[in-house]
Amino acid sequence: MEKKNPEDSFQVKIDAEEKIEPKDWMPDEYRRNLIRQISQHAHSEVIGMQPEGNWITRAPSLRAKAVLLAKIQDEGGHGLYLYSACETLGISRDELIEQLHSGKAKYSSIFNYPTLTWADIGAVGWLVDGAAIVNQVSLQRTSYGPYSRAMIRICKEESFHQRQGYEIMANMAKGTAEQKQMAQDALNRWWWPSLMMFGPHDTESAHSAKSMKWKIKRESNDELRQRFIDKTVQQAEVIGLSIPDPDLKWNEQRKHYDFGKINWEEFTNVLNGNGPCNKQRMANHIQAHQNGKWVREAAIAYAEKQKNKKVPA
Amino acid sequence: MSKEKQWPLWEVFIQSKTGLPYKHAGSVHAPDAEMALQNARDTYTRRGEGNSIWVVPSDAIIASNPADAESFYEPSNDKIYRHPTFYVMPEGAKHI
Ligand SMILES: [Fe+2]
Ligand SMILES: [Fe+2]
Repeated sequence: MEKKNPEDSFQVKIDAEEKIEPKDWMPDEYRRNLIRQISQHAHSEVIGMQPEGNWITRAPSLRAKAVLLAKIQDEGGHGLYLYSACETLGISRDELIEQLHSGKAKYSSIFNYPTLTWADIGAVGWLVDGAAIVNQVSLQRTSYGPYSRAMIRICKEESFHQRQGYEIMANMAKGTAEQKQMAQDALNRWWWPSLMMFGPHDTESAHSAKSMKWKIKRESNDELRQRFIDKTVQQAEVIGLSIPDPDLKWNEQRKHYDFGKINWEEFTNVLNGNGPCNKQRMANHIQAHQNGKWVREAAIAYAEKQKNKKVPA
Repeated sequence: MSKEKQWPLWEVFIQSKTGLPYKHAGSVHAPDAEMALQNARDTYTRRGEGNSIWVVPSDAIIASNPADAESFYEPSNDKIYRHPTFYVMPEGAKHI
């Protein structure tokens, strides 16, 4: 039998919808792409806890507070599933955290916007989790086994996140005029950044072609963005809020909504560190990590002491 | 920068109901077995997914090499008589 080059057999496996597992041979670039994407995803889950954490102490009822806490705890869990999937590619947890702190690794720009009112918690759950779900449902079919399994687990938990957010928006939209205005204002501020979550247009996307060929990504940025818009417009109508886009219009021919131009300058600007909360988000994470250092060290010291006790003299 | 010592890695296996096999769920970092169990509970069973949890130090797991799969499983490939469908049953025999 003639020996096939490993990259060819790798692609044959991918094309046959077989999953790649940690010990399987894979091209270096596949590994690098995955580490970049999964770690960015993990960091986003964890940094995303901050804008929502901002409202825990001021949640308007005990129910709202319990729900928000559970939601944020889930996001921490999502980060952990993803870090552990990423570590199967041969990078350590501390390297991953280091890359986040040094700015080498990115996280989703959406979390650099502030949560100004309680309605923002509604908008984040409805729109930001809503957009994340569209992306994550697609990623359940990603070619890397541990990533795919993490996505399946995450998707099971996400629908509560979106529903609790939409419930907040619905309640505020049918509340007092002032409450409705708050809900509309939150939608106005979160709508466009949510569309940017899907990344640049396909024609501009730096990593897309390889990622699609290797089935790391299964659908393009523009396809996913369109799906999110098509789903969300009706949900806004039901609760009587309006999407802040004068160009938004059903296109009978395409069977999709047409929508206005996205402000990519803003996207690049926030991505490059100049969003309203970039510095604060990173400073908080670094501080929490440093403040936890003595706890991590003490736990290791304790574990070692216990181990030594068990060894008979 | 001085390197901070890392918490070891543990693989987490969860049994969702009594009687079912344990299934790999993912991994956690923890300094010792007790905390590994607690971290596994907090990370992988927030919605009653678990009836019981195993944690195993990741470096204690010995895995076969996928590149050797062909020769590794070869001995059983030609033994089709291990399957019940190999046998010819007389016409009309029931419950067999
Ligand atoms: Fe999440
Ligand atoms: Fe979420």
